[in-house]
Amino acid sequence: MQDWRPCASNAALRVRASLFADIRAFFAAREILEVDTPHLSAAGNTDPSLANFRLSSGGRDYFLATSPEFAMKRLLAAGAGDIYQLAHVFREAELGVHHNPEFMLLEWYRTGFELDELMNETVELVGSVGDGRLRVCPVELVEYRELFRRSLGIDPIEASLGELRKRAHSLGGAVPVLADERDLWLDWLMGAHVQPGMAPKTLTLVNRYPASQAALAQLHEDGITAQRFELFYGSLELANGYRELTDETEQRARFAAELAVRRARGLAEPPPDERFLAALPQLPPCCGVAVGVDRLAMLLLGAQRLEDVLSFAGHNA
Amino acid sequence: MASYSTNEFRGGLKIMLDGDPYAIIENEFVKPGKGQAFNRVKVRNLLTARVVERTFKSGESVEGADVVDTEMQYLYNDGEHWHFMDVGTYEQLAADKKVVGDAAKWLKEEDMCELTLWNGAPILVVPPNFVELRITETDPGLRGDTAQGGTKPATLDTGAVVKVPLFIEQGEVIRVDTRSGEYVSRVKE
Repeated sequence: MQDWRPCASNAALRVRASLFADIRAFFAAREILEVDTPHLSAAGNTDPSLANFRLSSGGRDYFLATSPEFAMKRLLAAGAGDIYQLAHVFREAELGVHHNPEFMLLEWYRTGFELDELMNETVELVGSVGDGRLRVCPVELVEYRELFRRSLGIDPIEASLGELRKRAHSLGGAVPVLADERDLWLDWLMGAHVQPGMAPKTLTLVNRYPASQAALAQLHEDGITAQRFELFYGSLELANGYRELTDETEQRARFAAELAVRRARGLAEPPPDERFLAALPQLPPCCGVAVGVDRLAMLLLGAQRLEDVLSFAGHNA
Repeated sequence: MASYSTNEFRGGLKIMLDGDPYAIIENEFVKPGKGQAFNRVKVRNLLTARVVERTFKSGESVEGADVVDTEMQYLYNDGEHWHFMDVGTYEQLAADKKVVGDAAKWLKEEDMCELTLWNGAPILVVPPNFVELRITETDPGLRGDTAQGGTKPATLDTGAVVKVPLFIEQGEVIRVDTRSGEYVSRVKE
Protein backbone atom coordinates (compact mmCIF):
# COMPACT_ATOMS: atom_id res chain seq x y z
CA MET A 1 0.00 0.00 0.00
CA GLN A 2 1.48 3.33 -1.07
CA ASP A 3 1.90 5.92 1.64
CA TRP A 4 -0.19 8.65 0.00
CA ARG A 5 -1.44 10.52 3.04
CA PRO A 6 -0.05 13.97 3.88
CA CYS A 7 2.38 14.47 6.76
CA ALA A 8 0.66 17.66 7.89
CA SER A 9 -2.71 17.60 9.65
CA ASN A 10 -5.47 19.93 8.47
CA ALA A 11 -4.72 22.06 11.54
CA ALA A 12 -1.10 22.35 10.40
CA LEU A 13 -2.19 23.36 6.89
CA ARG A 14 -4.31 26.14 8.42
CA VAL A 15 -1.36 27.32 10.56
CA ARG A 16 0.79 27.47 7.41
CA ALA A 17 -1.83 29.40 5.47
CA SER A 18 -2.31 32.00 8.20
CA LEU A 19 1.48 32.24 8.61
CA PHE A 20 1.81 33.13 4.92
CA ALA A 21 -0.95 35.74 5.32
CA ASP A 22 0.76 37.22 8.42
CA ILE A 23 4.10 37.42 6.61
CA ARG A 24 2.55 39.14 3.58
CA ALA A 25 0.72 41.59 5.87
CA PHE A 26 3.98 42.39 7.68
CA PHE A 27 5.72 43.34 4.43
CA ALA A 28 2.70 45.05 2.88
CA ALA A 29 2.58 47.35 5.93
CA ARG A 30 6.24 48.25 5.29
CA GLU A 31 5.70 48.67 1.55
CA ILE A 32 8.24 45.98 0.71
CA LEU A 33 7.76 44.38 -2.69
CA GLU A 34 7.07 40.66 -3.04
CA VAL A 35 9.12 39.03 -5.79
CA ASP A 36 9.60 35.53 -7.10
CA THR A 37 12.78 34.31 -8.75
CA PRO A 38 13.50 31.03 -10.60
CA HIS A 39 14.24 27.79 -8.81
CA LEU A 40 16.49 26.71 -11.70
CA SER A 41 19.77 28.44 -12.40
CA ALA A 42 22.82 27.74 -14.55
CA ALA A 43 24.96 28.55 -11.50
CA GLY A 44 25.25 26.62 -8.25
CA ASN A 45 26.20 27.52 -4.71
CA THR A 46 29.91 27.06 -3.95
CA ASP A 47 29.43 27.03 -0.14
CA PRO A 48 31.16 23.78 0.90
CA SER A 49 28.56 23.04 3.57
CA LEU A 50 25.68 23.12 1.06
CA ALA A 51 25.01 20.40 -1.50
CA ASN A 52 23.34 21.40 -4.78
CA PHE A 53 20.74 19.37 -6.65
CA ARG A 54 21.94 19.22 -10.24
CA LEU A 55 19.72 18.64 -13.28
CA SER A 56 20.44 18.25 -16.97
CA SER A 57 18.26 19.26 -19.90
CA GLY A 58 18.98 19.91 -23.56
CA GLY A 59 22.71 19.45 -23.00
CA ARG A 60 22.78 22.12 -20.28
CA ASP A 61 23.24 21.78 -16.54
CA TYR A 62 20.96 23.49 -14.06
CA PHE A 63 21.04 23.79 -10.29
CA LEU A 64 18.06 24.02 -7.97
CA ALA A 65 18.46 27.14 -5.84
CA THR A 66 19.77 26.54 -2.30
CA SER A 67 18.43 30.04 -1.54
CA PRO A 68 17.04 32.89 -3.69
CA GLU A 69 19.96 35.13 -2.63
CA PHE A 70 21.87 35.56 -5.90
CA ALA A 71 18.77 36.27 -7.98
CA MET A 72 17.33 38.70 -5.41
CA LYS A 73 20.59 40.60 -5.25
CA ARG A 74 20.49 40.98 -9.04
CA LEU A 75 17.02 42.53 -8.66
CA LEU A 76 18.39 44.84 -5.97
CA ALA A 77 21.32 45.79 -8.20
CA ALA A 78 18.81 46.67 -10.93
CA GLY A 79 17.04 49.07 -8.55
CA ALA A 80 14.07 47.00 -7.34
CA GLY A 81 14.30 48.54 -3.86
CA ASP A 82 13.40 46.61 -0.71
CA ILE A 83 12.10 43.16 -1.64
CA TYR A 84 10.99 39.90 -0.04
CA GLN A 85 10.27 36.41 -1.25
CA LEU A 86 8.67 33.21 0.01
CA ALA A 87 10.69 30.58 -1.85
CA HIS A 88 10.98 26.83 -1.87
CA VAL A 89 14.69 26.00 -1.76
CA PHE A 90 16.61 22.76 -2.20
CA ARG A 91 19.58 21.37 -0.31
CA GLU A 92 20.65 17.85 -1.03
CA ALA A 93 21.26 15.43 1.84
CA GLU A 94 19.74 17.66 4.53
CA LEU A 95 17.32 15.29 6.19
CA GLY A 96 16.49 15.15 9.87
CA VAL A 97 13.95 16.06 12.51
CA HIS A 98 14.41 19.76 11.65
CA HIS A 99 15.62 19.39 8.06
CA ASN A 100 14.06 18.46 4.74
CA PRO A 101 15.84 18.59 1.36
CA GLU A 102 13.10 20.94 0.09
CA PHE A 103 11.93 23.64 2.44
CA MET A 104 10.58 27.20 2.47
CA LEU A 105 12.65 30.30 3.09
CA LEU A 106 11.39 33.81 3.69
CA GLU A 107 14.17 36.06 2.48
CA TRP A 108 14.16 39.85 2.49
CA TYR A 109 16.51 42.75 1.83
CA ARG A 110 16.60 46.24 3.29
CA THR A 111 18.56 48.92 1.49
CA GLY A 112 20.23 51.46 3.73
CA PHE A 113 19.70 49.30 6.85
CA GLU A 114 22.47 48.59 9.33
CA LEU A 115 22.66 45.01 10.58
CA ASP A 116 21.25 45.80 14.03
CA GLU A 117 18.19 47.37 12.40
CA LEU A 118 17.62 44.15 10.45
CA MET A 119 18.14 42.05 13.58
CA ASN A 120 15.39 44.07 15.25
CA GLU A 121 13.12 43.72 12.25
CA THR A 122 13.69 39.95 12.18
CA VAL A 123 12.61 39.67 15.82
CA GLU A 124 9.58 41.87 14.98
CA LEU A 125 8.64 39.59 12.08
CA VAL A 126 8.85 36.50 14.27
CA GLY A 127 6.79 38.29 16.93
CA SER A 128 4.14 39.45 14.46
CA VAL A 129 3.05 36.04 13.16
CA GLY A 130 0.48 33.68 14.70
CA ASP A 131 -1.30 36.29 16.87
CA GLY A 132 2.04 37.45 18.29
CA ARG A 133 2.63 34.21 20.13
CA LEU A 134 6.42 34.59 20.04
CA ARG A 135 6.38 38.28 20.92
CA VAL A 136 6.39 37.50 24.63
CA CYS A 137 9.64 35.50 24.46
CA PRO A 138 12.71 36.96 26.12
CA VAL A 139 15.24 38.15 23.52
CA GLU A 140 18.97 37.81 24.13
CA LEU A 141 21.83 39.17 22.07
CA VAL A 142 25.22 37.52 22.31
CA GLU A 143 28.37 37.57 20.21
CA TYR A 144 29.51 34.24 18.76
CA ARG A 145 32.77 34.55 20.68
CA GLU A 146 31.07 35.21 24.01
CA LEU A 147 28.61 32.37 23.39
CA PHE A 148 31.48 29.88 23.02
CA ARG A 149 33.32 31.29 26.03
CA ARG A 150 30.20 31.06 28.15
CA SER A 151 29.09 27.61 27.10
CA LEU A 152 32.40 25.81 26.48
CA GLY A 153 35.00 28.04 28.15
CA ILE A 154 36.92 28.36 24.90
CA ASP A 155 37.70 31.32 22.62
CA PRO A 156 36.53 30.28 19.13
CA ILE A 157 38.65 32.94 17.45
CA GLU A 158 41.95 32.60 19.33
CA ALA A 159 41.93 28.86 20.12
CA SER A 160 44.29 26.73 18.05
CA LEU A 161 43.09 23.77 16.02
CA GLY A 162 44.61 21.46 18.65
CA GLU A 163 42.75 23.20 21.46
CA LEU A 164 39.42 22.96 19.59
CA ARG A 165 40.03 19.27 18.93
CA LYS A 166 40.96 18.64 22.56
CA ARG A 167 37.86 20.48 23.84
CA ALA A 168 35.64 18.48 21.46
CA HIS A 169 37.04 15.20 22.78
CA SER A 170 36.82 16.32 26.41
CA LEU A 171 33.07 16.84 25.97
CA GLY A 172 32.55 13.14 25.27
CA GLY A 173 30.09 11.50 22.92
CA ALA A 174 31.08 10.23 19.50
CA VAL A 175 33.41 12.85 18.02
CA PRO A 176 33.64 12.77 14.21
CA VAL A 177 36.98 12.26 12.46
CA LEU A 178 37.65 15.68 10.97
CA ALA A 179 40.38 17.14 8.80
CA ASP A 180 42.63 19.93 10.04
CA GLU A 181 40.10 22.68 9.38
CA ARG A 182 39.30 24.96 12.30
CA ASP A 183 35.83 25.72 10.97
CA LEU A 184 34.87 22.05 10.83
CA TRP A 185 35.72 21.76 14.53
CA LEU A 186 33.86 24.99 15.32
CA ASP A 187 30.83 23.67 13.40
CA TRP A 188 30.93 20.41 15.36
CA LEU A 189 31.21 22.22 18.70
CA MET A 190 28.42 24.63 17.71
CA GLY A 191 26.01 22.00 16.40
CA ALA A 192 26.61 19.29 18.99
CA HIS A 193 27.28 21.29 22.15
CA VAL A 194 26.69 25.07 22.01
CA GLN A 195 23.35 25.07 20.18
CA PRO A 196 21.70 22.33 22.31
CA GLY A 197 22.63 24.33 25.41
CA MET A 198 20.93 27.56 24.34
CA ALA A 199 18.31 29.06 26.65
CA PRO A 200 14.94 27.34 26.05
CA LYS A 201 11.88 29.36 24.96
CA THR A 202 14.16 32.33 24.31
CA LEU A 203 14.96 34.14 21.08
CA THR A 204 18.75 34.27 20.98
CA LEU A 205 20.45 36.54 18.45
CA VAL A 206 24.04 35.49 17.82
CA ASN A 207 26.15 38.00 15.93
CA ARG A 208 29.77 38.68 14.93
CA TYR A 209 30.50 35.25 13.48
CA PRO A 210 34.21 34.53 12.81
CA ALA A 211 35.53 36.04 9.57
CA SER A 212 36.14 32.50 8.30
CA GLN A 213 32.35 31.97 8.45
CA ALA A 214 31.42 35.29 6.84
CA ALA A 215 29.82 33.60 3.81
CA LEU A 216 28.35 36.58 1.90
CA ALA A 217 28.65 39.11 4.74
CA GLN A 218 30.97 42.09 5.09
CA LEU A 219 33.63 41.91 7.77
CA HIS A 220 33.72 44.23 10.75
CA GLU A 221 36.60 46.71 10.94
CA ASP A 222 38.44 44.37 13.34
CA GLY A 223 38.95 42.05 10.37
CA ILE A 224 38.32 38.95 12.50
CA THR A 225 34.52 38.98 12.79
CA ALA A 226 31.76 39.19 10.17
CA GLN A 227 28.61 41.30 10.03
CA ARG A 228 26.53 38.15 10.19
CA PHE A 229 23.87 37.08 12.68
CA GLU A 230 21.70 34.09 13.35
CA LEU A 231 18.45 33.91 15.30
CA PHE A 232 17.55 30.87 17.40
CA TYR A 233 14.41 29.93 19.28
CA GLY A 234 15.77 27.72 22.04
CA SER A 235 18.27 25.59 20.16
CA LEU A 236 16.37 25.75 16.87
CA GLU A 237 17.97 27.93 14.20
CA LEU A 238 15.39 30.25 12.63
CA ALA A 239 17.27 32.88 10.62
CA ASN A 240 20.59 33.89 9.14
CA GLY A 241 21.36 37.47 8.09
CA TYR A 242 24.17 39.58 6.67
CA ARG A 243 25.35 43.05 6.03
CA GLU A 244 25.77 42.16 2.39
CA LEU A 245 29.15 42.12 0.75
CA THR A 246 29.15 44.43 -2.31
CA ASP A 247 32.82 44.09 -3.29
CA GLU A 248 33.04 41.99 -6.45
CA THR A 249 36.78 41.27 -6.08
CA GLU A 250 36.36 40.08 -2.51
CA GLN A 251 33.30 37.99 -3.42
CA ARG A 252 35.17 36.38 -6.33
CA ALA A 253 38.07 35.52 -3.97
CA ARG A 254 35.62 33.95 -1.48
CA PHE A 255 34.03 31.79 -4.20
CA ALA A 256 37.52 30.66 -5.27
CA ALA A 257 38.43 29.85 -1.66
CA GLU A 258 35.17 27.86 -1.24
CA LEU A 259 35.88 25.91 -4.42
CA ALA A 260 39.40 25.14 -3.10
CA VAL A 261 37.86 23.75 0.11
CA ARG A 262 35.41 21.71 -2.00
CA ARG A 263 38.31 20.30 -4.02
CA ALA A 264 40.26 19.43 -0.86
CA ARG A 265 37.19 17.65 0.56
CA GLY A 266 36.53 15.83 -2.71
CA LEU A 267 33.16 17.57 -3.24
CA ALA A 268 31.51 18.64 -6.51
CA GLU A 269 32.66 22.01 -7.82
CA PRO A 270 29.65 23.90 -9.19
CA PRO A 271 30.30 26.94 -11.37
CA PRO A 272 30.05 30.20 -9.38
CA ASP A 273 27.30 32.62 -10.41
CA GLU A 274 29.03 34.98 -12.87
CA ARG A 275 25.85 37.01 -13.44
CA PHE A 276 25.59 37.62 -9.70
CA LEU A 277 29.27 38.67 -9.60
CA ALA A 278 28.71 41.03 -12.55
CA ALA A 279 25.78 42.66 -10.73
CA LEU A 280 27.61 43.14 -7.40
CA PRO A 281 29.17 46.56 -8.15
CA GLN A 282 25.62 47.89 -8.62
CA LEU A 283 24.29 46.33 -5.39
CA PRO A 284 23.19 49.15 -3.08
CA PRO A 285 24.37 49.04 0.56
CA CYS A 286 21.92 46.64 2.17
CA CYS A 287 21.25 43.94 4.72
CA GLY A 288 19.40 40.70 4.06
CA VAL A 289 18.05 37.80 6.09
CA ALA A 290 16.50 34.39 5.45
CA VAL A 291 14.00 32.79 7.85
CA GLY A 292 12.97 29.12 7.87
CA VAL A 293 9.21 29.33 7.35
CA ASP A 294 8.49 25.65 8.10
CA ARG A 295 10.27 25.97 11.44
CA LEU A 296 8.18 29.04 12.29
CA ALA A 297 5.08 27.00 11.48
CA MET A 298 6.40 24.26 13.77
CA LEU A 299 6.74 26.72 16.66
CA LEU A 300 3.25 28.13 16.08
CA LEU A 301 1.74 24.66 16.01
CA GLY A 302 3.83 23.35 18.90
CA ALA A 303 5.07 20.54 16.62
CA GLN A 304 8.27 18.63 17.37
CA ARG A 305 9.16 17.61 13.83
CA LEU A 306 9.45 19.59 10.62
CA GLU A 307 7.46 16.98 8.70
CA ASP A 308 4.45 17.69 10.93
CA VAL A 309 4.04 21.01 9.08
CA LEU A 310 4.98 19.82 5.56
CA SER A 311 2.18 18.65 3.27
CA PHE A 312 4.55 15.96 2.06
CA ALA A 313 8.06 15.48 3.46
CA GLY A 314 11.10 14.07 1.67
CA HIS A 315 10.13 10.48 2.39
CA ASN A 316 6.69 10.65 0.80
CA ALA A 317 6.89 13.64 -1.57
CA MET B 1 29.53 -4.47 -1.56
CA ALA B 2 28.01 -1.06 -2.24
CA SER B 3 28.87 1.90 -0.06
CA TYR B 4 26.28 4.17 1.50
CA SER B 5 26.35 7.95 1.83
CA THR B 6 25.15 9.42 5.13
CA ASN B 7 22.00 10.64 3.38
CA GLU B 8 21.03 6.99 2.82
CA PHE B 9 21.42 6.21 6.55
CA ARG B 10 18.26 4.84 8.14
CA GLY B 11 17.30 2.41 10.85
CA GLY B 12 18.19 -1.18 9.92
CA LEU B 13 20.89 -0.34 7.35
CA LYS B 14 23.90 -2.69 7.70
CA ILE B 15 27.34 -1.07 7.47
CA MET B 16 30.97 -1.99 8.09
CA LEU B 17 32.88 -0.14 10.83
CA ASP B 18 36.42 -1.09 11.89
CA GLY B 19 36.04 -4.46 10.17
CA ASP B 20 32.85 -5.50 11.97
CA PRO B 21 29.27 -5.52 10.62
CA TYR B 22 26.89 -3.08 12.34
CA ALA B 23 23.19 -2.26 12.05
CA ILE B 24 22.07 1.37 12.29
CA ILE B 25 19.53 1.84 15.09
CA GLU B 26 19.10 5.60 15.06
CA ASN B 27 20.30 8.39 12.80
CA GLU B 28 20.36 12.01 13.98
CA PHE B 29 21.19 14.97 11.74
CA VAL B 30 23.22 17.70 13.47
CA LYS B 31 23.78 21.00 11.69
CA PRO B 32 25.00 24.30 13.10
CA GLY B 33 23.07 26.88 11.09
CA LYS B 34 24.91 27.33 7.82
CA GLY B 35 27.93 25.17 8.71
CA GLN B 36 29.05 21.62 8.13
CA ALA B 37 26.38 19.00 8.84
CA PHE B 38 26.98 15.79 10.75
CA ASN B 39 25.17 12.48 11.14
CA ARG B 40 25.27 11.08 14.64
CA VAL B 41 24.25 7.42 14.59
CA LYS B 42 23.63 4.71 17.14
CA VAL B 43 24.82 1.38 15.78
CA ARG B 44 24.69 -2.19 17.05
CA ASN B 45 27.68 -4.46 16.50
CA LEU B 46 26.12 -7.56 14.96
CA LEU B 47 28.84 -9.83 16.38
CA THR B 48 28.83 -8.60 19.97
CA ALA B 49 25.37 -6.91 20.17
CA ARG B 50 27.09 -3.90 21.77
CA VAL B 51 25.53 -0.52 20.95
CA VAL B 52 27.89 2.40 20.27
CA GLU B 53 27.58 5.95 18.95
CA ARG B 54 29.47 7.23 15.92
CA THR B 55 29.47 10.57 14.14
CA PHE B 56 30.14 11.21 10.46
CA LYS B 57 30.50 14.33 8.38
CA SER B 58 27.36 14.45 6.23
CA GLY B 59 28.16 13.30 2.72
CA GLU B 60 30.80 10.80 3.88
CA SER B 61 30.42 7.25 2.60
CA VAL B 62 30.61 4.02 4.55
CA GLU B 63 31.02 0.51 3.15
CA GLY B 64 27.86 -1.57 3.33
CA ALA B 65 27.92 -4.91 5.16
CA ASP B 66 26.83 -8.05 3.28
CA VAL B 67 24.36 -9.07 5.96
CA VAL B 68 21.10 -10.89 5.23
CA ASP B 69 18.41 -12.39 7.41
CA THR B 70 17.11 -15.73 6.20
CA GLU B 71 14.72 -18.43 7.42
CA MET B 72 16.30 -21.87 7.79
CA GLN B 73 15.25 -25.21 9.24
CA TYR B 74 17.18 -26.59 12.21
CA LEU B 75 18.32 -30.15 11.41
CA TYR B 76 20.54 -31.55 14.16
CA ASN B 77 23.45 -30.99 16.51
CA ASP B 78 26.60 -33.09 16.04
CA GLY B 79 28.04 -32.26 19.43
CA GLU B 80 30.01 -29.29 18.12
CA HIS B 81 27.90 -27.62 15.43
CA TRP B 82 24.23 -26.91 14.89
CA HIS B 83 23.19 -27.65 11.31
CA PHE B 84 20.55 -25.68 9.40
CA MET B 85 19.02 -26.07 5.95
CA ASP B 86 17.51 -23.69 3.44
CA VAL B 87 14.25 -25.52 2.63
CA GLY B 88 14.18 -23.97 -0.85
CA THR B 89 17.67 -24.86 -2.04
CA TYR B 90 18.53 -27.67 0.44
CA GLU B 91 21.77 -25.78 1.08
CA GLN B 92 23.13 -26.50 4.57
CA LEU B 93 25.03 -24.33 7.03
CA ALA B 94 26.71 -25.09 10.35
CA ALA B 95 26.85 -22.68 13.29
CA ASP B 96 29.06 -23.09 16.35
CA LYS B 97 28.39 -22.45 20.05
CA LYS B 98 29.57 -18.83 19.83
CA VAL B 99 26.95 -18.05 17.17
CA VAL B 100 24.06 -20.12 18.53
CA GLY B 101 24.59 -19.00 22.13
CA ASP B 102 21.49 -19.08 24.35
CA ALA B 103 19.28 -19.98 21.39
CA ALA B 104 20.61 -23.56 21.72
CA LYS B 105 18.22 -24.41 24.52
CA TRP B 106 15.17 -23.69 22.32
CA LEU B 107 16.27 -25.49 19.16
CA LYS B 108 14.06 -28.43 18.26
CA GLU B 109 14.71 -30.47 15.16
CA GLU B 110 12.68 -29.34 12.10
CA ASP B 111 11.77 -25.95 13.64
CA MET B 112 12.22 -22.88 11.41
CA CYS B 113 14.77 -20.34 12.74
CA GLU B 114 15.87 -16.87 11.64
CA LEU B 115 19.58 -16.83 10.76
CA THR B 116 21.64 -13.69 10.15
CA LEU B 117 24.40 -14.33 7.63
CA TRP B 118 27.46 -12.11 7.16
CA ASN B 119 29.34 -12.82 3.92
CA GLY B 120 27.36 -16.06 3.77
CA ALA B 121 28.36 -17.29 7.24
CA PRO B 122 25.95 -17.37 10.21
CA ILE B 123 26.53 -14.76 12.95
CA LEU B 124 23.20 -14.98 14.76
CA VAL B 125 20.50 -17.62 15.27
CA VAL B 126 17.05 -16.57 16.50
CA PRO B 127 14.71 -19.43 17.49
CA PRO B 128 10.97 -19.28 16.66
CA ASN B 129 9.03 -16.99 19.03
CA PHE B 130 7.08 -20.03 20.28
CA VAL B 131 8.33 -23.60 20.59
CA GLU B 132 6.61 -26.78 21.76
CA LEU B 133 8.82 -28.95 23.96
CA ARG B 134 8.34 -32.05 26.10
CA ILE B 135 8.95 -32.03 29.85
CA THR B 136 11.57 -34.62 30.76
CA GLU B 137 11.70 -33.88 34.45
CA THR B 138 9.54 -32.10 37.01
CA ASP B 139 8.08 -32.76 40.47
CA PRO B 140 4.79 -34.70 40.56
CA GLY B 141 1.73 -32.63 39.76
CA LEU B 142 -0.62 -31.38 42.46
CA ARG B 143 -4.10 -32.36 41.40
CA GLY B 144 -6.81 -29.75 41.83
CA ASP B 145 -4.29 -26.96 42.34
CA THR B 146 -5.05 -25.20 39.03
CA ALA B 147 -6.32 -22.02 40.69
CA GLN B 148 -3.44 -21.39 43.06
CA GLY B 149 -1.03 -19.97 40.52
CA GLY B 150 2.03 -21.57 42.08
CA THR B 151 4.95 -22.69 39.87
CA LYS B 152 7.71 -25.27 39.85
CA PRO B 153 10.77 -25.76 37.63
CA ALA B 154 10.53 -28.18 34.70
CA THR B 155 13.37 -29.46 32.52
CA LEU B 156 12.55 -29.73 28.82
CA ASP B 157 13.91 -32.17 26.25
CA THR B 158 16.32 -29.51 24.90
CA GLY B 159 17.77 -29.00 28.38
CA ALA B 160 16.01 -25.68 28.99
CA VAL B 161 14.47 -25.13 32.43
CA VAL B 162 11.21 -23.15 32.65
CA LYS B 163 8.72 -22.43 35.40
CA VAL B 164 5.44 -24.27 34.88
CA PRO B 165 2.13 -24.34 36.83
CA LEU B 166 1.96 -26.99 39.57
CA PHE B 167 -0.62 -29.14 37.72
CA ILE B 168 1.71 -29.85 34.76
CA GLU B 169 3.02 -33.42 34.64
CA GLN B 170 6.28 -34.94 33.49
CA GLY B 171 6.01 -36.15 29.88
CA GLU B 172 3.59 -33.42 28.83
CA VAL B 173 4.32 -31.07 25.90
CA ILE B 174 4.16 -27.33 26.61
CA ARG B 175 4.32 -24.16 24.56
CA VAL B 176 7.06 -21.68 25.58
CA ASP B 177 7.71 -18.07 24.51
CA THR B 178 11.44 -18.08 23.67
CA ARG B 179 11.75 -14.28 23.96
CA SER B 180 10.81 -14.28 27.65
CA GLY B 181 11.53 -17.95 28.41
CA GLU B 182 8.04 -18.24 29.91
CA TYR B 183 5.48 -21.05 29.86
CA VAL B 184 2.47 -20.21 27.68
CA SER B 185 0.19 -23.24 27.66
CA ARG B 186 -0.17 -26.98 27.69
CA VAL B 187 -0.25 -28.65 24.26
CA LYS B 188 -2.83 -31.39 23.80
CA GLU B 189 -1.39 -34.33 21.88
